[in-house]
Amino acid sequence: MSTVESQALAEVGRAEYCVISCADIFSGAGEIMASPMAPVPLLGARLARLTTEPDLLITDGEALIFADTPGIGKSGPIEGWMPFRKVFDVVASGRRHVVMGANQIDRYGNQNLSAFGPLQKPTRQMFGVRGAPGNTINHPTSYWVPRHSARVFGDSVDIVSGVGFDKVDPANPAFDDLDIHRVVTNLGVFDFGGADHTMRALSLHPGVTADEVAENTGFEIEGLADAPETRQPTAEELSLIRDVLDPRGVRNKEVR
Amino acid sequence: MPTDKTSTLDDVVAELRDGMTIGIGGWGSRRKPMALVRAIDRSDVKDLTVVTYGGPDLGLLCAAGKVRRAYYGFVSLDSAPFYDPWFAKARTNGEIEVREMDEGMVKCGLEAAAARLPFLPIRAGLGSDVLKFWEGELKTVQSPYPDADGRTQTLIAMPALKLDAAFVHLDLADAHGNAAYTGVDPYFDDLYCAAAERRYLETDQLVSTEVLVKTVPHQRLLLNRMNVDRVVHTPNGAHFTFAGAGSAASGPNVTADYGRDEKFQQFYVASAKEPDTWEAFSRRFLQVDEETYQREVSAWQDEQKEDGQ
Repeated sequence: MSTVESQALAEVGRAEYCVISCADIFSGAGEIMASPMAPVPLLGARLARLTTEPDLLITDGEALIFADTPGIGKSGPIEGWMPFRKVFDVVASGRRHVVMGANQIDRYGNQNLSAFGPLQKPTRQMFGVRGAPGNTINHPTSYWVPRHSARVFGDSVDIVSGVGFDKVDPANPAFDDLDIHRVVTNLGVFDFGGADHTMRALSLHPGVTADEVAENTGFEIEGLADAPETRQPTAEELSLIRDVLDPRGVRNKEVR
Repeated sequence: MPTDKTSTLDDVVAELRDGMTIGIGGWGSRRKPMALVRAIDRSDVKDLTVVTYGGPDLGLLCAAGKVRRAYYGFVSLDSAPFYDPWFAKARTNGEIEVREMDEGMVKCGLEAAAARLPFLPIRAGLGSDVLKFWEGELKTVQSPYPDADGRTQTLIAMPALKLDAAFVHLDLADAHGNAAYTGVDPYFDDLYCAAAERRYLETDQLVSTEVLVKTVPHQRLLLNRMNVDRVVHTPNGAHFTFAGAGSAASGPNVTADYGRDEKFQQFYVASAKEPDTWEAFSRRFLQVDEETYQREVSAWQDEQKEDGQ
């Protein structure tokens, strides 16, 4: 590694570790639709497409499939049409990996973005379940949490929008495709490879301690003490993030 | 000559009944039949059951206390602050009974109704709290065909979402109910019409059949005469949602401008915060006929420009 490269790496920001962690969500995904629902996972999906996953399909978030991989907020040549009704066909086909946000996630990967409180008289209303039930039961699903806290990662979720592993009926093949692949937060990278499909630490971003994660999580995360540091971005990845995909630093507004 | 179905908003309101189940087309804050929604709000009808991909349509109906029950996949304003304030109030006050469901289940339920089927099987919903939201109304169905490994799939039996009436907004229509969308997405407006007994179409531009079919590619002709009972000419009727500014959105690469009046939508949200600001909003924009609404919106937009200078 040259001096110039190591200097650049020394200045890698937290948001940049989050972006490459979101790119790694799509490792080996192949020719499927990547559906990121927030800026950092959007940058991750596009970074993956520009590096190791060129066959990913990405859209403008509205109804058009991009042929190229434009920077965030930018447009470009298209290759196809994907109105909402066809998105539901893709969901049912399984050829998709969505990265959703979450107001709550529990240790088994149950997720809530619907509302807080009782179903018919909530204390706070959000979106309703949206596509979360269909996404989670049909195809790989990951979550992006820009502010990792015990409020998000609590003992249980108020309303199960996204289905977690403890809901699976092994006798019913309709549950076979449930695959909560990753949770990426501002603190680290997690999956549900712990005992009984519970949340497990895969890596912590440089500068993050196991104590910090534990303090900000309402349940025990497996492998936290032994979790390695999140990998370094390559010089190519840094250049793509900084110069091509997000020159205005949108990522830094989402992850401070 | 096929029937001339052109009607007024009053003609439509005259057909409303208490307790009816209505479907509202569009999606979130996109191409909602807002002129029809405003007309429903002004009417005496009550105790509605609403089926929708919800946006400010559901919000305005909740604000007027018209909704008893709601079936929806989500409720979103599609831009900050995203959550509709009147829907949120109705929910946190426990004023409406909801049958919240996965977005794909809405499409599935409309398709079942369109095909006159009692249900269609779907995976979405399994394992989630959608079943709890439905309080026993939502059941499962077991496949008569086992999978290759001998296990048998049990799926959600999505019931038909049969509608008494459907309300949709399309950008271009003729007097007989042929109609086209001009933006990037048809949403589900044809399904709403196919699932309903009475079908009410509002349109920005009312043109001859010949002009309609020459203006758009055939694939954009979403509705035909069998799908529509009344056609109401409502220029800018989808305001403040994506208002059918379709020529730009028809282009291949447009991603930024859907013609939504973001400033007015934010004003709607801000006005909902306090009783006096809502009273002012309501008096100026809701307790008036559609023509006055459009005139006041133009005046409001001019006021904003002056304030910005």
